[in-house]
Amino acid sequence: MNIDKHIVITALEAEFGNQIIICNQLTADDTPTLWIGKSNLIVVLNYLKNVIAFPYKMLYDLTCLDERARTGRNGQPGSEFTVVYLLSSFERNQDIRIKVPLYINDLNLQSITSLWKSANWYEREVYDMFGVIFNGHPRLTRILMPKSWQGHPLRKDHSTRATELDPYVLTENLRAVEESDLTFNPEEYGMGRSSDDSDFMFLNLGPQHPGTHGLLRLILQLHGEDIVDVVPDIGFHHRGAEKMGERQSWHTYIPYTDRIDYLGGVMNNLAYLLSVEKLAGIEVPERANVIRIMMSELFRIASHLVWLGTFAQDLGQLSPVFYTFSDRERIFDIVGAITGARMHPSWFRIGGVAHDLPDGWDKLMQEFVSYLPKRLKEFENMIIKNAIFKARTVGIGVYTTEEAIEWGITGSGLRATGFDWDYRKKRPYSGIDQFDFDIPLGKNGDCYDRAVVRMEEMRQSLRIIQQCIDQMPAGEYKSDHPLAIPPRKDKTMTDIETLITHFVGVSWGPVIPQGEAMVPIEAAKGSNGYYLISDGSTSSYRTRIRTPSFPHMQMLPLISKGYTIPDLLAILGAMDFVLADMDR
Amino acid sequence: MKEALNIAGVLFIALTIAAGLIWVERRLLSVWQDRLGPNRVGPFGLFQVIADTIKLFFKEDWVPSFSDRPVFIMAPGILIITILLTFAVIPFGPDFIVFDSNIGILFFLGNSSLGVYSIVLGGWASNNKYSLIGAMRASAQMLTYEVFMGLSLMGVVMMADSFSFNAIVEAQKGGWFIVPQFIGFIVFFIAGLAETHRLPFDIPESEGELVAGYHSEYSGMKFGMFFVGEYLGITLISALIATLFFGGWLGPSFLPPVFWFLLKTFFFICMFILLRASLPRPRYDQLMKFGWKVLLPLSLGNILITGAVLIFFK
Repeated sequence: MNIDKHIVITALEAEFGNQIIICNQLTADDTPTLWIGKSNLIVVLNYLKNVIAFPYKMLYDLTCLDERARTGRNGQPGSEFTVVYLLSSFERNQDIRIKVPLYINDLNLQSITSLWKSANWYEREVYDMFGVIFNGHPRLTRILMPKSWQGHPLRKDHSTRATELDPYVLTENLRAVEESDLTFNPEEYGMGRSSDDSDFMFLNLGPQHPGTHGLLRLILQLHGEDIVDVVPDIGFHHRGAEKMGERQSWHTYIPYTDRIDYLGGVMNNLAYLLSVEKLAGIEVPERANVIRIMMSELFRIASHLVWLGTFAQDLGQLSPVFYTFSDRERIFDIVGAITGARMHPSWFRIGGVAHDLPDGWDKLMQEFVSYLPKRLKEFENMIIKNAIFKARTVGIGVYTTEEAIEWGITGSGLRATGFDWDYRKKRPYSGIDQFDFDIPLGKNGDCYDRAVVRMEEMRQSLRIIQQCIDQMPAGEYKSDHPLAIPPRKDKTMTDIETLITHFVGVSWGPVIPQGEAMVPIEAAKGSNGYYLISDGSTSSYRTRIRTPSFPHMQMLPLISKGYTIPDLLAILGAMDFVLADMDR
Repeated sequence: MKEALNIAGVLFIALTIAAGLIWVERRLLSVWQDRLGPNRVGPFGLFQVIADTIKLFFKEDWVPSFSDRPVFIMAPGILIITILLTFAVIPFGPDFIVFDSNIGILFFLGNSSLGVYSIVLGGWASNNKYSLIGAMRASAQMLTYEVFMGLSLMGVVMMADSFSFNAIVEAQKGGWFIVPQFIGFIVFFIAGLAETHRLPFDIPESEGELVAGYHSEYSGMKFGMFFVGEYLGITLISALIATLFFGGWLGPSFLPPVFWFLLKTFFFICMFILLRASLPRPRYDQLMKFGWKVLLPLSLGNILITGAVLIFFK
């Protein structure tokens, strides 16, 4: 579908009149960004989702910014807080960003949970972080911060560092409060304690539990072993990554991104840097692009290997986790040889990568690419084709394409329903459209299909890496754009302008031009994107990290009702989430 | 005097094997999982067993305040006692048996039914939801599998014309029962897996779902008893398979009969461990379905055919 991006504006004005759009803001990523008054929000969103031709079916992201300290807003309405909705249309292959201005003395807004159920957690997060009240929200409580937290952390007047606060003392009193905050009251969630003929059992699964892969708490309402309902309680892994983005310079934030999806390594760098480079208008040299793609695909395989081993482990198979982890070690050996680090290389830089590939990289990489297919075949026979594995996963945790889109599911979970959507193909970045690879699809949208799709994705990633080895272009590994950091040094000793740029770039960090941008990429777990706002300083004004695990976990109650506890573990395993990716 | 020696011998062998299995299992699993396993303490890491035992003894023996104390303490004991009692009727050699009962098989089946109490009571007394779920699963699973565990042995009993283990071994002098009773062997092996709740049938424990199932709250030597009890169970089932289907202590005379018996037992112990290394865990209801819909008809059919053939040739 090839529709002009901005034609949606004409459609909106035709439907609602000229006054509907307060401001049509220009952004670096060229996504139509429209300001709408808060009274019109529901009708406009409803129109975009349900009425317009080629509708925007997915609520890709919902966030907020505290604009009170922002400079250089270039004609935007003078709001103090702005709620931002990012909608995605698959038929158009386009996004639209809707902004609603709010003021501190009237910080409330109509909830859109009636339009998108997936807005539930996002609105809770905005409430938690900014204190915006959403009228009509079914249960507006804190989601990431503890109940007892004072203030709203992402507001500009909230402290950035713990050292700005008084020392933390856990008194007996405070501990009692914290403990009682964690007590689960079914009535709060509108759950009954008993049905007509029996009492329910409420089982607290986590935060410490071998099946949750980290600090995740699930409260199960059980009838025997059948799951009546699930309430996920998240936030135990929350580290304030978005707040840190406002303190770190554009360059020094790169290592923080590695720790978001901590299995994805440099793939996180890529999502962040694509947005930064979009803001700065940096063209990345071809060689740097190919290196980036090669390393990202390598990390996709590493991430999928961890998933495969732990998924088998969740289903009671003891051994595969050792095989997949030892193959992942081989990946880390290569990553170590190229970048000097293993899990979190933080190796990509603004404008390219940290250094050129070392001599002999191609031999290491080729060895691995020739070695892995045989192992994947083994894993397939050992795990995927195992009759018990099939019995545990086929027909479990099923959802349709429509449900997936409604709930914001991306990545393998979406493709397992048979919907052909991969950001690498549909919105190619870093020149990935130059490569020859296929997008594996499932059919039934159950745990088994998700597993099969990921197995095949590893093979396709190997194909991409093979092409990188064969056709690695010569050239620069980093752009010589003045904002590429650290700047190239070869001319600094002869050229005073370059010397000044280098000095400023290294001592302050680069000053990224004012603007807003987001570039979604196809990360290992789903679609990951950094919504960055620069007000023209050395650090980001707002860093919003849209991660796939967050909406995926939100869908858990829907897809696990009616199954049993062992099935829940299969569903969790097949979901492939990372706690840090969820809580940030 | 001879009886006292037999008792001491059987106890020594059973307990040594069970304890040694801690090491054997960990090393074998490591071999199959491309890693080293415990190899630091003593030659080949053999003293790991001693180190583990000392550790278990010195751990705080915590009884949860919310538990049903007497039952909680009693439960692990029941497990060890019922299994050790069964070893009394198993012939380690022609004269190496504590009590040559003429109802040996019934004695074993009775004891293994009593063993279920250990798990159900342990899970119940822990007063923990995970333990409770584990215990409920255990009782259902054991109940199902006891039924055709008994039925699967009836073919052997018919062929040997006796419930005594020694008589069954003697009856295999012409040929091991594994050939005519192959179906009986398969069913008994699977039922034995379920009985010892080992992977793939470790549904009462299933650490990925229920943390540790019925023994989540156990620590110190009480946990150690469940732990060793599991290995005793494996040893017992392996010894039974060797006795009932593979000629027990029978074997060429260049080695003593006890040795043949232990060799065969050890082979099946390794099979148990190999299964654990390779298979995922079915769901609880799938296991029950498999039991009632596949194994039960299979063992009944086996009895029918064995009986018919025996009558035909008489």
